[in-house]
Amino acid sequence: MEGQNPDRGDMRPEDVTGAAHAEQWDVIIAPTSPWWRLNVREIWKYRDLLRVMVQRDLTAIYKQTILGPLWQLLQPLLTSLMFAVIFGLMARMSLPGVPPLLFYMSGVVPWTFFSSIINRTSTTLTGNAALMTKVYFPRLIPPMATTLSTAVSFGIQLTFFFAFALFYRFSGAYAWSPGAAVLMLPVLIILMVVLAFGSGLIVAALTTKYRDLGFLIGFAVQLLMYMSPVIFPLSRVETNSPIRPIIEANPLTPVIEGFRGALLGTSPDWTTLWYPAVTAVVLIITGLALFQRVERSYADVV
Amino acid sequence: MDQGRNDIVVRAEGVGKRYRLGTTDRSQVADEFKAFVARLRGKPDPTMRIGAEVDPQRIGEHFWALRDVSFEVRRGEVLGIVGRNGAGKSTLLKLLSRITLPTEGMIRMRGKVSSLLEVGTGFHPELTGRQNIYLNGAILGMRRAEVTAKLDEIIDFSGIVHHIDTPVKRYSSGMRVRLGFAVAAHLEPEILIVDEVLSVGDAEFQRKCMGKMKDAATSGRTVLFVSHNMVAMRSLCQRVLWLDGGRERMNGPVQEVVDAYLGAYSEDRSEVVWDDPATAPGNELARLTHVRIKPASGGEFFKWQDAIDVEVGLENLKAENELLPFIAVVSEDEQVVFNTNLRENRPDVKVGIGTHTFRCRFPDHLFNAGRFRLNVGVSYRAAFQFQADHAVSFEVQEPPRDSAWHERRRGMFRLPIAWEHERIG
Repeated sequence: MEGQNPDRGDMRPEDVTGAAHAEQWDVIIAPTSPWWRLNVREIWKYRDLLRVMVQRDLTAIYKQTILGPLWQLLQPLLTSLMFAVIFGLMARMSLPGVPPLLFYMSGVVPWTFFSSIINRTSTTLTGNAALMTKVYFPRLIPPMATTLSTAVSFGIQLTFFFAFALFYRFSGAYAWSPGAAVLMLPVLIILMVVLAFGSGLIVAALTTKYRDLGFLIGFAVQLLMYMSPVIFPLSRVETNSPIRPIIEANPLTPVIEGFRGALLGTSPDWTTLWYPAVTAVVLIITGLALFQRVERSYADVV
Repeated sequence: MDQGRNDIVVRAEGVGKRYRLGTTDRSQVADEFKAFVARLRGKPDPTMRIGAEVDPQRIGEHFWALRDVSFEVRRGEVLGIVGRNGAGKSTLLKLLSRITLPTEGMIRMRGKVSSLLEVGTGFHPELTGRQNIYLNGAILGMRRAEVTAKLDEIIDFSGIVHHIDTPVKRYSSGMRVRLGFAVAAHLEPEILIVDEVLSVGDAEFQRKCMGKMKDAATSGRTVLFVSHNMVAMRSLCQRVLWLDGGRERMNGPVQEVVDAYLGAYSEDRSEVVWDDPATAPGNELARLTHVRIKPASGGEFFKWQDAIDVEVGLENLKAENELLPFIAVVSEDEQVVFNTNLRENRPDVKVGIGTHTFRCRFPDHLFNAGRFRLNVGVSYRAAFQFQADHAVSFEVQEPPRDSAWHERRRGMFRLPIAWEHERIG
């Protein structure tokens, strides 16, 4: 019988194990919980919030712009065009035989994906401060939402890339044929998301204490782009060049090269993907640990 | 059996929250460095929050906003939480709503918890009212289907039917509050945490909100309710927890606790005399000797029609001239109603060493009915020296009613405003 009521006076606070067994609590608020305990069940409970926040991200940014969602396509196109003119035509750094515009798009689209995730997740804690000091919800939701909405943009841009490439093919300007490497795309996308999300979480956690990082990250990401084969193919960097080790030390290099292989049909060294894969695991674990550490004291600091 | 142990839906055990004093503003690496250099040179930390009125010797020290608080709430119970400002109420609510974590102790809860610490949080200005209902609902933990099911009801409750598809940035602040409360009011959590939201909106909307609170309270929902409004406490709560200085002072039936609480703080005192210089409010420059307040008519009660005389006694110990007594009138909820000081009309007076008496008169037909307190203090060369909080207090009586209006008139003042009327057609 449920009504079996042990006299509460007899219940000593130490008697936790017995009490915990008898009682089912939905919410337990205690000073500490281990950092590795990721409350997946709770995030699942708030999945509708994730969905609404993704929608908000996708619809709200283009409000009050004339071209609206068209910017999704214009941004990478204009960047690629700029790179094609500056680096392709003037510095002659693109891949021989491939139209410079297509070449740069194959680098800019995945790169934009990566840099947007980092830049946008890194501000989710400080940017949502007003909200987070008033309402509780799993703090991982906003960075997850920005990552997902960035992924949606990426999907649109990728489709645009394929349309563009097909246009080249059927107009006879360039015989585009990516080959079976296209099947590597899901692996590359997952790698990219985990790398960017992990780094974004680390930056987000650190910016709550050091706001300078928010400015620094913009430069760091830009610097990283020049260290990745975005504006030039890895094959154009001489093996004995002093910058070659720097570019090879960048875990993003195999991923970007991989995207190029999948999108343009070049044949990169797929075996080097172990390096970004290991880095991604390290980053995501560090990121989650730091983020969960900060989210606990966050409301007291901001 | 309802008396089973599962009936307890909130259990707080030895809950405490510790903050560090005045060291929260270092948001730049450079600040961290400055603070470090200042520490080395033994100077005050330049990154400290200014005006925090923290004793310099206590910087970096920990202080407990809440300590050793334990209580239980049964299913369907409405627990009121009272206390003066700084007693730890807000901290307790923040802990209960999981915005911040306790330093010690544990809170366990059963069922879905929702808190109304601030209505309309997370509204996105570019999204329409309708989209924001979904966003706000999701932030507060509602499922999408739940919001859809209650959408019409929410829109109806908010009273914003025509503008529901207009971006929220075009809403007035009142409309935002109404929309926010409308969402929050349809949460239907098992445990509801409410903080003073009843003070927003117009009278009509407040009535609606009060109704919703009552519904929640009577429909077997558990409510934790923080307010300074003792009338609302008495009508809604069964039990009241009284916090004082971060600790539990009393926890019992509403009548008992509210009476004790009012008795402890709201005792009107029309005169205070400090005979012993050691305990008188003051510092090395000056100290207060007495404060008195009485109706100018000489009567016993403070009436709206009467002016009020205030007398402040002050002993100047060593400051030459430039010593300035001031009075701040504060309302029951600690809002400063107005400030006044000697310079108001007597900038010529030099307050030299010795004892002085200052008198001033608050005009008649000024205060609305209610309780007011006087903070009396001294400043020297435009720098604040000290003040005696709540030195004296007085209650202005409700004037005789002359109309069908039966609710207490709102506002701090009740001014004899002259109206004109003219019939145009």
